Amino acid sequence: SVSNIVPESCLLIVVGLLVGGLIKGVGEKPPILNSDVFFLFLLPPIILDAGYFLPLRQFTENLGTILIFAVVGTLWNAFFLGGLMYAVCQLGGPGLNHIGLLANLLFGSIISAVDPVAVLAVFEEIHINELLHILVFGESLLNDAVTVVLYHLFEEFATFEQVTIIDIILGFLSFFVVSLGGVFVGVIYGLIAAFTSRFTSHIRVIEPLFVFLYSYMAYLSAELFHLSGIMALIASGVVMRPYVEANISHKSHTTIKYFLKMWSSVSETLIFIFLGVSTVAGHHYWNWTFVISTLLFCLIARVLGVLVLTWFINKFRIVKLTPKDQFIIAYGGLRGAIAFSLCYLLDYKHFGMRDMFLTAIITVIFFTVFVQGMTIRPLVDLLAVKKKQETKRSINEEIHTQFLDHLLTGIEDICGHYGHHHWKDKLNRFNKKYVKKCLIAGERSKEPQLIAFYHKMEMKQAIELVESGGIGKIPSAVSTVSIQNINPKTLPVERILPALSKDKEEEIRKILRNNLQKTRQRLRSYNRHTLVADPYEEAWNQMLLRRQKARQLEQKMNNYLTVPAHKLDSPTMSRARIGSDPLAYEPKADSENLPIITIDPASPQSPESVDLMNEEPKGCGGLPPSPEEDEEGLVMRVKEPSSPGTDDVFTPGTGDSPSNQRMLRCLSDPGPRPEPEEGEPFIPKGQ
Amino acid sequence: KENFDSIPDLEFNPIRGKIVHAFFDKRNLRQESDGLVDEINFEDFLTIMSYFRPIEMNMDEEQLDRFRKEKLKFLFHMYDSDHDGKITLQEYRNVVEELLSGNPHLEKESARSIADGAMLEAASICVGQMGPDQVYEGITFDDFLKMWQGIDIETKMHVRFLNMETIAHCY
Repeated sequence: SVSNIVPESCLLIVVGLLVGGLIKGVGEKPPILNSDVFFLFLLPPIILDAGYFLPLRQFTENLGTILIFAVVGTLWNAFFLGGLMYAVCQLGGPGLNHIGLLANLLFGSIISAVDPVAVLAVFEEIHINELLHILVFGESLLNDAVTVVLYHLFEEFATFEQVTIIDIILGFLSFFVVSLGGVFVGVIYGLIAAFTSRFTSHIRVIEPLFVFLYSYMAYLSAELFHLSGIMALIASGVVMRPYVEANISHKSHTTIKYFLKMWSSVSETLIFIFLGVSTVAGHHYWNWTFVISTLLFCLIARVLGVLVLTWFINKFRIVKLTPKDQFIIAYGGLRGAIAFSLCYLLDYKHFGMRDMFLTAIITVIFFTVFVQGMTIRPLVDLLAVKKKQETKRSINEEIHTQFLDHLLTGIEDICGHYGHHHWKDKLNRFNKKYVKKCLIAGERSKEPQLIAFYHKMEMKQAIELVESGGIGKIPSAVSTVSIQNINPKTLPVERILPALSKDKEEEIRKILRNNLQKTRQRLRSYNRHTLVADPYEEAWNQMLLRRQKARQLEQKMNNYLTVPAHKLDSPTMSRARIGSDPLAYEPKADSENLPIITIDPASPQSPESVDLMNEEPKGCGGLPPSPEEDEEGLVMRVKEPSSPGTDDVFTPGTGDSPSNQRMLRCLSDPGPRPEPEEGEPFIPKGQ
Repeated sequence: KENFDSIPDLEFNPIRGKIVHAFFDKRNLRQESDGLVDEINFEDFLTIMSYFRPIEMNMDEEQLDRFRKEKLKFLFHMYDSDHDGKITLQEYRNVVEELLSGNPHLEKESARSIADGAMLEAASICVGQMGPDQVYEGITFDDFLKMWQGIDIETKMHVRFLNMETIAHCY
């Protein structure tokens, strides 16, 4: 089908061409891509999306390579191209003679920058392996600083009568100012955003706004001072992300993700369409020599640059870049709308040949996007370049990666060698000790990364489970491995409680889920101000706390061999007593996949607590407040602790909110097919 | 062994016990027997270090595979502390606990549940369908290999030795 062969960007340009042609045909003047609109509105969402979701690990691992490609590569391209074009112009006859060196250098600098938008559009579709993707993409992002500097430099110089050495040196210095300044501005805004997010627990609704707002402000501030706006944007996204994600609610996180993707998608589409329209609309000045030689030299410059730089870089890289990689990097050097807009910004006074430049640039853009964009996919297949592996992040991987990190750091310390890992470790420790405390609210600041990751995964699974609740099947259970398989009890004699068979478990779970969903969906009010905390999150926190307490209690119980005396002794209560008999339980409650009575959907892989146990009455005095507990609204507070010796599930809850009672009623109703065996923990409420 | 313990930088490392242990592990030193040696000389030290050699460009598939297996075996020995050839749940829990030991606020439960979850995952990857009565003994080396299939260990497990003299200093 067409979409397999032609990348989306090409199709969009064609659409733009058609639309432009249509408008022209009607007699109207089609709009040209306004540079202001482009730089202020169309470009930032794409860059922010890229920066916020930048895979930081790969990026930092390859930072040296990326920087060399971005800076040295772009400089090389610019000067090589500019110089050669100057030569061509001198030889090109009367039409081109008047174009000076500076103009050519400017032209070179505009067109030599690899464009992030085009690269993103094409590389997204070919699913190339992560290393190459991050190399080309990182290069396209970071070369903005170089482009900005060169552009402004040559533009300024064109107005000078004479260019002195001092100017050149100043220009060289300004590069550092521009790039580092941009990063600095981004970092500041990122930190402010992270700090703000620390206090947003009461106004969850507008949390995403802060992310967007601060990033955009970073971009604007940087652009204001002629610093590199793109680098500011990326720096702010990268800096704020870990802290903001720890602070904001799950829903805000989803919102941010989808908004960013939406905006960047829209921007990208608009950019390409506009490119098409502008081609039809613009004033063109076609000069065969100029255009063809531009195209040719662009390609040659790129290939040469990549080859030479890779040879140099490979001396320092452990994982060398193979010729195949080099080819893809060279071939992936797409030009795009940034070049076009930059050229459009030139004014006629100093650059009379702007139209010719424009034509040449458009030709190069078309060539790279169409020809290179279309052929890169078959080439990738032909050359059998490694593709991206679609593996889900597993806990194992996380554990192993961390383990490896520590191992390598340790080895480096033993060698006394201050390498890569040593500094990374130091940064992490600094981060943990000082920065995280300031920027992350409350409890979460002390959470080690592994735990945070584990929680995230469990939450995801739990939500998956609930979302497919009506089907009654555990969605992620490809295997039927459960906890029992791994950790069988060595002392079967202690098990008086037979394990629930899988079917019964399923039934119980299904009932729970169905009932739970109903209560959850009935929100009291939808007023913004009472919009509640995510019930999942609260439930989650509560479940964790309960689990902890249940375990503590369990440990205590294991020390007592006598059954605490019960006041009531009705048949139901005696059954309940057996149910709460500590000896009847397994010492390790977590190895049993018993259904949770608490409100949280059961995650099949995490050990579930047996919350039938008595809860410590006074010791906890209500749950320690979790951060979201301040909010009113539908709060699923299942049980209040009552006096010892009674089982919470089977007595009416002391907290008598209607939802509470409803909850208990739901829970205690086992559904149509109960078979209360001896010792079955799920006993109907004695009515 | 005390020399290793006195290296100041290692203090912060949560798995320093295992790292030091690995240096003295006979299996890593390519000796036939099991257990730990008491001292190592420079040659043994280098033997351990060779596990962290970066790959070279001109290796063919077989060499690459062998390389990978060696590195993974080193890692496996670090996890498998009782030298029985399998990583049991207890050992895995131990590993996770050590990894998280840098954080004083942690409860044991979280570490345990993480380890349990990880083990479950490993079991599902390696064995797939298991009835409720079967018991998964532990992660064998083959299972370990399977788990690491997605990750290119040969590109990650290396230390740059730009300057060989630094090694002599610490000895």
